[in-house]
Amino acid sequence: MSFKNTFMNGAESLFKPDSLTQIQKIVLRFVVVGLVFYAFAVIEGMIMRIYAVDPISFISTDQYFAILTAHPLVGIFGSTYALVFGAFLFLTPYLMKKPLYSVKLANWALILLTSGVLLFWIAGFISHYAPLYTLYWPLPADFSQFSVWGGTFFILGIAILMVGTLFFIINIFKTIIYTPEGWEKQPAAALLGSAIGYTGLRNMLRKKENKKEHLVPLPVAAIARGTVDMVLNTGIILFTGVLILVFMLGNILGFDLEETAVDALLYKNWFWWGLDLIADGLVLIFVAGTWYLLAVMITGKKLFMQNIARAALLLELVVSWTVWSHHLLSDQAQPAVLKVVSGELVTAFELITQGLAFFIVLATLWAARPLKMTNPLKFLLGGLLGFALAVPAGIMQADVGLNRILHNTQWIIGPHVHVAILVGLTMTLYAAVYILFPIVTNGAKLYSQKLANIHFWFHLFGGIGMGAFMGMAGLNGMLRRTLYVDGEFNTYMILAALSGSLLLIAFLVFFYNIVMSLGLKGVIGIFMPSKLKTKELLPE
Amino acid sequence: MVDSSMVLWGQTIAYTMYCLVILLVMGWFAYKITKTGKDNRVKPALFYTFVGFLTVLGVSLHIITYNTIPWTPVDLNRSEYVPDKTFDITVENHEFFLPAEKLVIDCNDLVLFDVTSKDLTYGFGVFRQDNSMVFQMQVVPGHRNDILWQFDKPGIYTIRSTEYSGPRGIFMILKDVVEVLPCEGS
Repeated sequence: MSFKNTFMNGAESLFKPDSLTQIQKIVLRFVVVGLVFYAFAVIEGMIMRIYAVDPISFISTDQYFAILTAHPLVGIFGSTYALVFGAFLFLTPYLMKKPLYSVKLANWALILLTSGVLLFWIAGFISHYAPLYTLYWPLPADFSQFSVWGGTFFILGIAILMVGTLFFIINIFKTIIYTPEGWEKQPAAALLGSAIGYTGLRNMLRKKENKKEHLVPLPVAAIARGTVDMVLNTGIILFTGVLILVFMLGNILGFDLEETAVDALLYKNWFWWGLDLIADGLVLIFVAGTWYLLAVMITGKKLFMQNIARAALLLELVVSWTVWSHHLLSDQAQPAVLKVVSGELVTAFELITQGLAFFIVLATLWAARPLKMTNPLKFLLGGLLGFALAVPAGIMQADVGLNRILHNTQWIIGPHVHVAILVGLTMTLYAAVYILFPIVTNGAKLYSQKLANIHFWFHLFGGIGMGAFMGMAGLNGMLRRTLYVDGEFNTYMILAALSGSLLLIAFLVFFYNIVMSLGLKGVIGIFMPSKLKTKELLPE
Repeated sequence: MVDSSMVLWGQTIAYTMYCLVILLVMGWFAYKITKTGKDNRVKPALFYTFVGFLTVLGVSLHIITYNTIPWTPVDLNRSEYVPDKTFDITVENHEFFLPAEKLVIDCNDLVLFDVTSKDLTYGFGVFRQDNSMVFQMQVVPGHRNDILWQFDKPGIYTIRSTEYSGPRGIFMILKDVVEVLPCEGS
């Protein structure tokens, strides 16, 4: 096939968008949106990497900090949430062997997520509203530094995105418990109990002969439990957004509301409690669930220690509710008991819960050898490696003594955050994309395996390299969330920027490979209404 | 005495060694799972041993640091200590206000830095001349932000904000404003 023909029609013209069901189209739309926002995040990341070496003259300092504010939000909500929503809106009904509860709700979740992210991104880009994702009080309401209108639209964008998230949450839980038309009545309470771990907990107290069977598959249990954290963090973020909006509206209407009405430390505690339900909650639970699913799909065998894996997911859920104080180890007014119990000891539990998931997946793969080193398998191993590197880095900084000299340095954001997100989380998501690709496209063929290999190696080396060089700078005292204009840490920053460019190349290669696999007509076709009006996941 | 550079040096060695080991293990694992093996079963005993090892590791890290990093017990129990010197510092409108032009400290004195923010959340960090960090803390408005520190090496140090407080915050640097006098007998 000629290049032009492949570019227009996809590899071997195998992808037929007209053959897709409504759900398949929604999943693919989420993937496209997720990849476009990933492009935003990776380009912003590259700009910041260059800026850390030598401030770019045509980008002002205010613009730089607006980018710094938008970057993690676009990365997590625009890209990761979109990919996760798409994957789980497909996998939940697929594994439960029933139709999705509502196609309309799924479409609205996509529309609200996309428009919310675009709104806050544009508001930040134009107005330079830059309180960072941490929103430490009273910075988001500091109108001597930021435009109140810019801030209003920014927070409104976040709120719209959170409403979209609520639609996703409702759809997931309803899909688990509802009774589809023409079906025998489903035991809603029992299904919910099994999904969130209540049945498993009760089983621990029952005699062997009285134990109840699990009604939902393990990956669905992971999706449900991660979604419980999503409910809580969405509530916290919405509440905080409304609070900030009240101050903004007060300013617009000429009332100067007293910022001291909100206790800055209490605010910091509840906001970190909510944010940590993402970082140390749903991300870890979703990742563990995805690892389990990938291990079972790749090997075709049962998961090693399945019951322990199920219990660990519940433990992880409880840990995620009590772990937030490790973000406040450098806050001297934070009670010492919270620092030690929540900040140090509960956080150390993440070493156990993630380590346990890590071991279970490796043992499942080992039991099925010899395995072919397919794209899903190699990206799964990359994801496992990412968390194996990033979790211990996090445990180290969640120590009262070490945090005193690591907090807010490049160590936090390099070896811990970026290695966890870029290598651990993103490579796991890529593994899911590669394994689901033929299923949701009805057998489309990947354009080039060579490009998939380049994608893997460049992403792996880029992610680990960038994290490592940022970490070295952090150990030498380089702070995050600021600028060094005299080139104090340039050696590390140049090396980190070179590693970052590998990540950018990896993404471009992957994006090109996907476009060439589906073809331009195919990509456009994804956004056209489905001709199959069935609620079924796959065409008959 | 153990200081922050020594602690960070130890951490660098420990984490680098760990990274090398885990990279090798994953590389070996990736190779081995593509090959046929004699015994593919993984014994549950190995799993429970691994979980036990992680538990010991997670808890022992904090016990070790509590007993080896000198500022950890001081920090957690600082109300029990009497400082040799106290510096009351105020931060407002992205500016540090020190009690004197230069904070002069006798070597080995236990010094209390009591920092109050009048508006935003800031950070307070002390840095060596090579930009490496001695210590830092958050400065939250409406709350007491105090830290006890013992300087056992003479030198000139810089104060800078370690928390983002808007674009204006990047200029919150007071160069060479802390001086620790030579230690007795040095």
